[in-house]
Amino acid sequence: MTAQPRIWDIPGGIHPPQNKHQSTARGLEQMPLPARLVLPLLQHIGNRAVPVVQIGERVLKGQLIAEANGPLSCPVHAPTSGIVRAIEPAPYPHASGLAELAIILESDGQDEWTELRPLLDYRDEQPLNLLDRIRAAGISGLGGAGFPTAVKLASRPDHHIDTLIINGTECEPYITADDMTMRHRAPQIVAGIEVLMHILKPDQVLIGIEDNKPEAIAAMREAVGERPMQVVVIPTKYPSGGEKQLIQILTGKEVPSGGLPADIGILCQNVGTALAVHDAVLLGRPLISRITTLTGAALERPTNVEALIGTPIADLLAFAGLRQNRLYRLVMGGPMMGFTLLDSSAPIIKTSNCLLAGTIEELPPPPPALPCIRCGLCAEACPAELLPQQLHWFAIGKDYEQLQRQNLFDCIECGACAYVCPSSIPLVQYFRAGKAEIRGIELQQSRAEHSRQRFEQRQERLEREAEQRELERQARAEKAARAKAAREAQAAQQQTEQSEQATEPKPAEPDLARIQSRKVTTLSAEQKQLKIAAATARMALQRAQKQLAANPDNADLQAQIPTLEQAFTQAQQAFDAQMSDQEKQ
Amino acid sequence: MAAPMSSPHAQGSNRTRTIMLQVLGATAPGIALMTWFFGWGTLINILLASTCAIGFEAAILRLRRRPIGFYLNDGSALVTAWLLALALPPYAPWWLVLVAIGFAITFGKHLYGGLGQNPFNPAMLGYAMVLVSFPMEMTSWPVWRGIEQLQPAFAPTLGLMEGLQRVFMPGSLPADGWATATALDLLKNNSALTMAELQQAQPAFGSMAGRAWEWVALAYLAGGLYLLYKRIYSWHAPVGMLGALAVMSLLFWNGSGSGSNGSPLFHLLGGATILGAFFIATDPVTSATSNRGRLVFGIGIGVLVYVIRVWGNYPDAVAFAVLLMNLCAPTIDYYTTPRTYGHRKAKRGLGKGAE
Repeated sequence: MTAQPRIWDIPGGIHPPQNKHQSTARGLEQMPLPARLVLPLLQHIGNRAVPVVQIGERVLKGQLIAEANGPLSCPVHAPTSGIVRAIEPAPYPHASGLAELAIILESDGQDEWTELRPLLDYRDEQPLNLLDRIRAAGISGLGGAGFPTAVKLASRPDHHIDTLIINGTECEPYITADDMTMRHRAPQIVAGIEVLMHILKPDQVLIGIEDNKPEAIAAMREAVGERPMQVVVIPTKYPSGGEKQLIQILTGKEVPSGGLPADIGILCQNVGTALAVHDAVLLGRPLISRITTLTGAALERPTNVEALIGTPIADLLAFAGLRQNRLYRLVMGGPMMGFTLLDSSAPIIKTSNCLLAGTIEELPPPPPALPCIRCGLCAEACPAELLPQQLHWFAIGKDYEQLQRQNLFDCIECGACAYVCPSSIPLVQYFRAGKAEIRGIELQQSRAEHSRQRFEQRQERLEREAEQRELERQARAEKAARAKAAREAQAAQQQTEQSEQATEPKPAEPDLARIQSRKVTTLSAEQKQLKIAAATARMALQRAQKQLAANPDNADLQAQIPTLEQAFTQAQQAFDAQMSDQEKQ
Repeated sequence: MAAPMSSPHAQGSNRTRTIMLQVLGATAPGIALMTWFFGWGTLINILLASTCAIGFEAAILRLRRRPIGFYLNDGSALVTAWLLALALPPYAPWWLVLVAIGFAITFGKHLYGGLGQNPFNPAMLGYAMVLVSFPMEMTSWPVWRGIEQLQPAFAPTLGLMEGLQRVFMPGSLPADGWATATALDLLKNNSALTMAELQQAQPAFGSMAGRAWEWVALAYLAGGLYLLYKRIYSWHAPVGMLGALAVMSLLFWNGSGSGSNGSPLFHLLGGATILGAFFIATDPVTSATSNRGRLVFGIGIGVLVYVIRVWGNYPDAVAFAVLLMNLCAPTIDYYTTPRTYGHRKAKRGLGKGAE
């Protein structure tokens, strides 16, 4: 083990009571096989997966039951063997409380695996094939956001990832799932990290763990051994485990606003994700279970369990000895960033790291909010160095421009500001609402912009068509005019000829001769040139006239017309003169 | 089960009321020393001011149809009352306290929308109002205990009953030989004596910045340091103010002759400097909002205090300096926004939108 590398401090942060010891005393327990599993098709960020099984079909443990829909999506696998009972909207763990389309699987108790394809010599494989494997195993980030891992690993193919960060920080109070994962699965995590290293070829690997987890640190250090990875112990402070914050702590760099860690050559993965990568590649197992913390004073025996994805929350709470009469607020996730659950028939999904069954003493309702006195404690606590008091001010006033100017969208909603607020102002709620309103306005604007573009394009097309029609009409009119002129000229000539014949028969002969000679005369080179010049000039004139008819206001064209007319007249005269000269000769 | 709510579900134990009570508690050393030096006057001031403040606050909350108990409970009216009471001369006539507090609570606070909405420090607004309206009452400070050892002709510090009589029946007792000018007053009006002579001739000058005053200032300093230690506020505004005042008084320190502007120590410990730096400039509502902004805010006060003291018409200037800087606070905010994580530089200035 090399010396501890340099670490940086993040601005702000808070030290809420950790409440982690309650759930670490019983080790890592196996959850008994539930009778019924609810497998939502959306357990990740991206598109909903598409079921590939029929109702009534028997599936095996690890079998694909819903395939990814597009690149930003994740497949779902059967966590145990059993019968597909339904594919229907079912309770779903989300802040909205809305139902989500899910595959309902009735366990047959056999827990019979499908055929697995472990890949022990992954080092011979192309990274792209390994990415496919990770994608096919349905792995999305287990830390919380649930971003599809394969997409994240390949997020910036043109950037070299020089630093791979493994997040074992787990800064939120109560949650110990990552702690337990590291304590009990350290060798597998390290093997998973090696797979990630094979894919990314980073220059360094940093495993960040808060100093309140000495057992996890020891286990990870032992598992790492002499491998080129560093376990970095960082001070306990909330929210050090936020991706952006951990990157700042371990590297001193900041992820550009609106960008990705990959933009600065860094990639972050949760320890649970590394474990899932190990299972997917070395064991061939898809992501069908995860380690989840069950805690809170309303539980008799708070603990950590390895539970199948899709296990109903009620089953898990019953396993941990829920005292229903003491339960005041059920939270999925931690007390700082989790969300309240209304329905304990919802299942745990790939991102569910903790169930917090709090009593009223533990998670009391907030006292009524007082006016903001701008004490600035929130700004001191903000890890993003925002001014929550100002954001709050502008959010109340719905001043969206100022909200954006004050970088509302850089808020990570960690809740540190609301935690320290002496006036109990629900700041994060204001910020979420503000963000949603701004997004709504932007959506509206983009829709309006879209329809404006459509309208303009349509107008343009209609104009083009009208112009075309006008040109055709002109062409027809000109043709008709020419034909008419020719007819008139012929008629006039006949008349003249008749009159000439009648009045002056004498020159008839030469005229006749002239016509005859004309018919037989071939034009000399000079004559040809003059004729071409005259024709060109005429065409130029006609073209200009047409264009002028289409754009009557074009001053340039108006100016051109007389010049062209003159040029045409001159060329025609020159040609005529030549011809008459010839005739004279 | 509780109604659904969004995160965070946990909250720290800090409350606005706690902050207000801490501030009140931190004035205790200053109050104790004031009482030691000036007798019951300070305590009578505080009691009177508190009663008036609660009365006005309750009446206006009722007019505004707000829950009276809920808002009275935050303790902010008491803070305004105590700070104003400490700034007024002990044994000030009752109507002076009433007018000052009434103006502070009504015009300084509630006309703008109550706690958190007021652009001006209510205590300083009340103080400035009575200072410009009733200069005679505002400048008659009683002599301090122990003066008799230096000038036995002066009456001893008042007893409680006599004090009450002065407060509630102003004019019924002779003012002669009872009130005196403060050190800042003396310096302001001095043009003939050197500093050393002034110190000799006028007992009001103590050893550093005015007898009694320098000790009271140090007591306020102790209270302020306690609040800093308790992280009720950051160091930025007090350090900015005291630093700027020190720099100004060093820059323009023209020696100890008869035209002296006063030494840096005289300015730092004299008058209301320390009370202002730790209890007035740190009022979060009316100061700038970011730490950098508060530093600028404090510096502005420090500079203005010196300018008004030395070149202006008033002997002390904390109230005016604070009010003038209250005016500037919103603008300071626009120019002192901190740089947010992931941004190369901060967006500063008066513009709008994300750019």
